[in-house]
Amino acid sequence: MSYELIGISVLWLFLYGYLIVASIDFGAGFFAFYARLTKQDHLINRLISRYLSPVWEITNVFFVFFYIGIVGFFPDTAYYYGSALLVPGSIAIILLAIRGSFYAFENYGSKKSIVYLFLYGATGLLIPASLSVALTLSEGGFIKEQGGAVTLDYWTLFTNPLSWSIVGLAIVSVLFISSSFLVFYASRAEDHSALKLLRNYALFWSTPTIILALTAFIYLGQHNERHFQNMMDLWWLLALSVALFMIAMWLLFNGRRYGLAFICVMLQFFCAFFAYGIGQYPYILDPYITIQSSATSPAMGLALVVVFIGGLLLLIPSLILVFKLFLFDADYVKGKK
Amino acid sequence: MAIDTVLWSRLVTGLTLAFHVIFATIGVGVPLMIAIAEFIGIRKKDYHYILMAKRWARGFVISVAVGVVTGTAISLQLALVWPNFMKLAGNVIALPLFMEVFAFFFEAIFLGIYLYTWDRFKNRYIHWLLTIPIVAGAGMSAVFITTVNGFMNQPGGFVMEAGQFTAVDPVQAMLNTATFSKVFHVLSSAYLTAAAMLAGIAAFAMLRKGVSAYHKKALNLMMAVVLLFGLLNTLAGDVSAKFLAEHQPEKLAAAEWHFETESSADLVLMGWLNAEHEILGAIHLPKLLSFLAFGDFNAEVKGLEEFPKDEWPPLLVHYLFDFMAGIGFTLLAVSLLYFLFLFWKKRNELNKWMLRMIALSAPLAFLAVEMGWFYAEVGRQPWIIRGYMRVEEAATTSPNVKVLFYVFLLLYIVLGITCVVVLRRLFNNNPAEVEMEKWLKEKSNHSEGDPA
Repeated sequence: MSYELIGISVLWLFLYGYLIVASIDFGAGFFAFYARLTKQDHLINRLISRYLSPVWEITNVFFVFFYIGIVGFFPDTAYYYGSALLVPGSIAIILLAIRGSFYAFENYGSKKSIVYLFLYGATGLLIPASLSVALTLSEGGFIKEQGGAVTLDYWTLFTNPLSWSIVGLAIVSVLFISSSFLVFYASRAEDHSALKLLRNYALFWSTPTIILALTAFIYLGQHNERHFQNMMDLWWLLALSVALFMIAMWLLFNGRRYGLAFICVMLQFFCAFFAYGIGQYPYILDPYITIQSSATSPAMGLALVVVFIGGLLLLIPSLILVFKLFLFDADYVKGKK
Repeated sequence: MAIDTVLWSRLVTGLTLAFHVIFATIGVGVPLMIAIAEFIGIRKKDYHYILMAKRWARGFVISVAVGVVTGTAISLQLALVWPNFMKLAGNVIALPLFMEVFAFFFEAIFLGIYLYTWDRFKNRYIHWLLTIPIVAGAGMSAVFITTVNGFMNQPGGFVMEAGQFTAVDPVQAMLNTATFSKVFHVLSSAYLTAAAMLAGIAAFAMLRKGVSAYHKKALNLMMAVVLLFGLLNTLAGDVSAKFLAEHQPEKLAAAEWHFETESSADLVLMGWLNAEHEILGAIHLPKLLSFLAFGDFNAEVKGLEEFPKDEWPPLLVHYLFDFMAGIGFTLLAVSLLYFLFLFWKKRNELNKWMLRMIALSAPLAFLAVEMGWFYAEVGRQPWIIRGYMRVEEAATTSPNVKVLFYVFLLLYIVLGITCVVVLRRLFNNNPAEVEMEKWLKEKSNHSEGDPA
């Protein structure tokens, strides 16, 4: 396998990792705020902050990791996406900055403030929306290159149903993934009132998730025939994704095996996300950037792969340690440590 | 119009970096202080030092949060504001950027564990061991990111062919000639600044509320660190000057307003320039520039006039250099004076004026870090990759960058103010002495008197 293919596969895997951990984080922020508004915060907020406090920084790194990785393996992406995304990218930066710092102010600071919580909750939904613009752009037709300058065609972007369905899908998926994780976490903590509330959230958000996934898929077909056809050739992956979704729903509805239910949700998104990614191959930005044309020099590609493996040897044991201490340590989850 | 976007791009980046460097310096320096304090606390079975580590760690997370988000901002802005730069240089600098993220990842993981496991281990040294990956991760991210900056100053490890970098050797690009002196100076100044900050806080607390055992211990410990890193940092500054003299003579010449090449060159302090580039009102230290540059009072130092005028750095950097170096020596002098008073029993090292000077040293140290970075960066103008790419070729063409400057300015003002408010509230409502008493009471209730 060529290193650029290794590179893009690994990066896609990391983006998927970010999708899961960030969704949990973004959704939790929204639920924490929503629960405060509806005066149910005593049920879930402690649970949420117990999980999030030790890991929020890690979530952020996943994102930077993906971003630096893609610029490193494919420097051309910096030129096209960088030029086109100046405004949406900066908005995402600002939202991330507000969210990250106000999370720390709220949780490690001394005063609990509803304003901080609002900023934290609201940005949790706006960030996935602003980041999903990059995915929309990759489908082509939104970026123009004229006389050596790359610009984003905002009018086409804002009037295109595809971009809105992707934004919608990003938001509801965040809420669905997050609530199904928190259900599992609450069940580990044996916190029955939180469990009940979160289970309702998860069941509620499942429907818009699947509807918007279908909508986005249909609009993709109208916008980018090639990508749509490639994904249709991977129909079995999509079918698997739907089947996993059904299993997750059944488990959640019957109120048992929440851990398994969350794994099914993760795998559901894994299948769909990889079907989407493989279908886009070989383009990173249709039609300007392909994986082969934009790859960095072989020496750098090799160095990155080597560092990547070394880094993983360091990271995986550390991540396992974190999970052991804060996710699978029943006493910690229950609040006894 | 093109010039305008370039200037705005520079301002956006300068703004973000100037704000980030405050928190980055804390982020690199403070973990070491926490590690030292906790170690001494366990070793001496002295609760005061453990409390010190705890309180510092608590304040540290707040500043880390701002450091993380501004760090994310600058990494994204690299591509958003300088797309052409990343397209060209991405081939060469991706490796250290990638490694920096790994180091940061590593630190983030262990910081989370450290903060939430204070009383989880029977053996207290196990908890202390968690500081090692944090200190190492923080230090290594500084090292890696500094190699990127080193590359922009001293590009190497590639062949330029038809406007593209080919035959790239990523490791050689990282280990460029600028790397050693930069890394040394960045690390020593970060540890110095963090220690000066914590010493300043202790001195400030004692000025307001009188001497207490906790703050006295904190001050003693941190002043020792200031002295140590003050010395190392002076050495690092000297190494950097010698590096500049050899590899980037135009930057050193601009800092010293050294226009004509000459032997036995004077070091120029402050002063101003008239239209004919004559230096007025300055203090001249004879032959010292030659000594600073080459370790030889009679060595020849290259002057600015040897370089084409469109490659001159702005001459304003002279003041940045003078202030940075001046503050560096001031910090060192204050710490020397402190220990002189401490050991020479006739004087009280905790007298009002001493404490005031130490308290003032904290903001001065940060000012010096800012000045130093501005000198390093502005002194490299007009290049973004020295000798290969000029700043105006690298910037974005989008006119929106002007608006973004104001948006980011507002963001950093809000973040900065809120951060200070939160930190003040965190510590003002909970003084060290009160926390200490509460903690000891809890301990005796549990009848586990043994801190170790």
